[in-house]
Amino acid sequence: MKIPFDKLDKAFENRLRLQIMSVLVANDRYDFNSLKELLDVTDGNLASHLKGLEKEEYILVNKSFLGRKPNTNYEATAKGKTAFADHLDALEQLIKSTKS
Amino acid sequence: MKETDIKDDLASIRSLMERSSKFISLSGLSGILAGVYALIGAIAAYKILQQEPAYHLSFGGDTYAGYNDRTVSVLMPLILIAMAVLGASILTGIILSYRKAQQKNQPFWSKTSKALLFHMSTPLVAGGLLIMIFIIRGYFGIVAPASLIFYGLSLVSASNFTFNAVKSLGLCEIALGLISALYPGYGLYFWAIGFGVLHIIYGSVMYLKYDR
Repeated sequence: MKIPFDKLDKAFENRLRLQIMSVLVANDRYDFNSLKELLDVTDGNLASHLKGLEKEEYILVNKSFLGRKPNTNYEATAKGKTAFADHLDALEQLIKSTKS
Repeated sequence: MKETDIKDDLASIRSLMERSSKFISLSGLSGILAGVYALIGAIAAYKILQQEPAYHLSFGGDTYAGYNDRTVSVLMPLILIAMAVLGASILTGIILSYRKAQQKNQPFWSKTSKALLFHMSTPLVAGGLLIMIFIIRGYFGIVAPASLIFYGLSLVSASNFTFNAVKSLGLCEIALGLISALYPGYGLYFWAIGFGVLHIIYGSVMYLKYDR
C-alpha cells in the first residue's frame, strides 16, 4: 500500500502556515494583529510565514492606513483555497490509508 | 509525518476556523440571569398597571392611545423598568462573557466580538429608535411586538458570529413578536415569555452545553 505523501502541499508542511490558511479560508479577510493575537505567535515568525504564503500566491496582501496606524489585511486567493482543500483531501486520504 | 501529527493538524484547523470566525465565549449563565431580570421587571410592570386599570388595555391596545395628564406618570416608571432590565442584562452579559473569555484564555475584545456587536446592534438600534418614536407619538401597542421582532432580528443577524443556538432563539422571538401583534392588550405577557421564559430556556441549554 503506497501512502500518498506526495499529494501533501509542501507549502503547508509548517503547522503555522496551515493555521494561517485555515483562518483565511474561514474569513473573508483578517488583519495582521488579529492573526497574531489568535495564533499567539511573534511578529517575526508570523511575518515570515505570511511572506512564504504570499510567494506561493496563496494569499493577497492589502496594506492601508487606519488613521495614522498601518493596517495590513490578508485574504486567501482562489489558488490558495484550492490548494488548502487539496491538502485537506490528502490528509484525509492519509488517515484512511493508515487505518486500513 | 505520523498519524498523530495529522490528527493534530486537523484538530488545530477545525478549532481555528471556528475561533477565528465565531465568538465562543458568550456566557449561557448571563442568558438565564437576563431572563430572571425580565420576569422581575414584568411583574413590577404588571403591579403598576394593576393600579391603573384604565391603562391596562390602552397600553396594550393597537389603537392610538394618546397622552393626557395621567399617561406620563404611568408611562415613566414602565420605561424606567424596561431600561433597568436592559441595562442589567447587558452588563451581566458583558461581565460573564469577559470572565469566560479569560478562563478560556481567549481575547474578549477581538475581531469576532466586534463583528458580533455590530451585527447585533444594527437591528437593535433601528428598532429601539422606531419604538421610541411610536411611544412619543402615542402608539403604545406597537412596543411589545416591535421590541420582540427587532430583538429576534438582531439575534439572527448576530448568530453568524457565535453559537448556532442564538439563531433559534432569534427565530422564536420573531415568531412570538408576530403572534403578539395579533393579540393586542396582552403585550406584557408576550414580553414576559419572550424576554423572560425564552431567555431562561436558552441560557440553561447553553450553560449545560458550553459553560461547564
